[in-house]
Amino acid sequence: MMKDNKLSDLLKIANKTYQSRLLVGTGKYKDFAETRAAIDASGAEIITVAIRRTNIGQTAGEPSLLDFLPPEEFTYLPNTAGCYSADEAVRTLRLARELLDGHQLVKLEVLGDPNTLYPNMTETLAAAKTLVKDGFEVMVYCSDDPIIAKQLEEIGCCAVMPLASLIGSGMGILNPWNLQIIIENAKIPVLVDAGVGTASDAAIAMELGCQGVLMNTAIAAANNPVLMASAMKKAVEAGREAYLAGRMPKKLYSASPSSPTTGLISK
Amino acid sequence: MAISMQLTINGKARSFELAQMNTAQLVEQLELVGKRLAIELNGEIVPRSQFEHTKLSDGDKLEIVGAVGGG
Repeated sequence: MMKDNKLSDLLKIANKTYQSRLLVGTGKYKDFAETRAAIDASGAEIITVAIRRTNIGQTAGEPSLLDFLPPEEFTYLPNTAGCYSADEAVRTLRLARELLDGHQLVKLEVLGDPNTLYPNMTETLAAAKTLVKDGFEVMVYCSDDPIIAKQLEEIGCCAVMPLASLIGSGMGILNPWNLQIIIENAKIPVLVDAGVGTASDAAIAMELGCQGVLMNTAIAAANNPVLMASAMKKAVEAGREAYLAGRMPKKLYSASPSSPTTGLISK
Repeated sequence: MAISMQLTINGKARSFELAQMNTAQLVEQLELVGKRLAIELNGEIVPRSQFEHTKLSDGDKLEIVGAVGGG
């Protein structure tokens, strides 16, 4: 009997399970209606949000992101995007926890440089230590350095999320070999975060053995974000199934054709 | 006692024609009632349940934040 992978193969993060291995951001969309439509098409259950100063003096009836994406329907993953120090990141996530009624699952990212948005791992490690001690479940954006990834795991992060390439670059997976080392060494989920440009990038990440993929710009900056969201959903599922299925070994050429070598006519 | 209160909210100076005010009253003054937000007063989080009991003083610095789209 064929096993239904969709039911049995769940993503597990911090003792909670999810059907979808695609995590998506909510930034850069034309409006909230498009954000909602793209997220629905992606099938994502975990969505990232940023924490920002409230616009004081805005009209009372102005819609908010939360009206379109109710926190009861999704698992919110508040992030620390735009933070350049451990202190800022910790403060931001403490505010997020208050904002989301004690919610503990967070995405930590501490940036090191405004041009590349490359992560500052010294500050990230410091922030991760504080947050884990403070009871947060920390999914951490990091460089694709296997040693750093291991250190983040040892600190107690619940998932490591190395970059495939720079945030918003759409350059795809630039160092699959490092990702593979990180995946092989990790006892916690490894998700690719940042750099995915199109569906095949997401499929490759999953084929490498990633537990999931987090993306925002690849969907939001597509000509048709809703269609790209649907493509990403399929790519992540296809990549996961290919990983579970186990690919055939690569050979330069094969002396084993797919069709029978016997029963040929005129032989 | 001063008859107006000067606060720094989200980096901007604002003055209120009130001698006394708690955090819940500030939220009303700013027309933010019913919005999902979190408030930090001089670097410390004020839990929502404590808004009414948290008095503000002249010179206080507040951060008022919400969730927005992001990746």
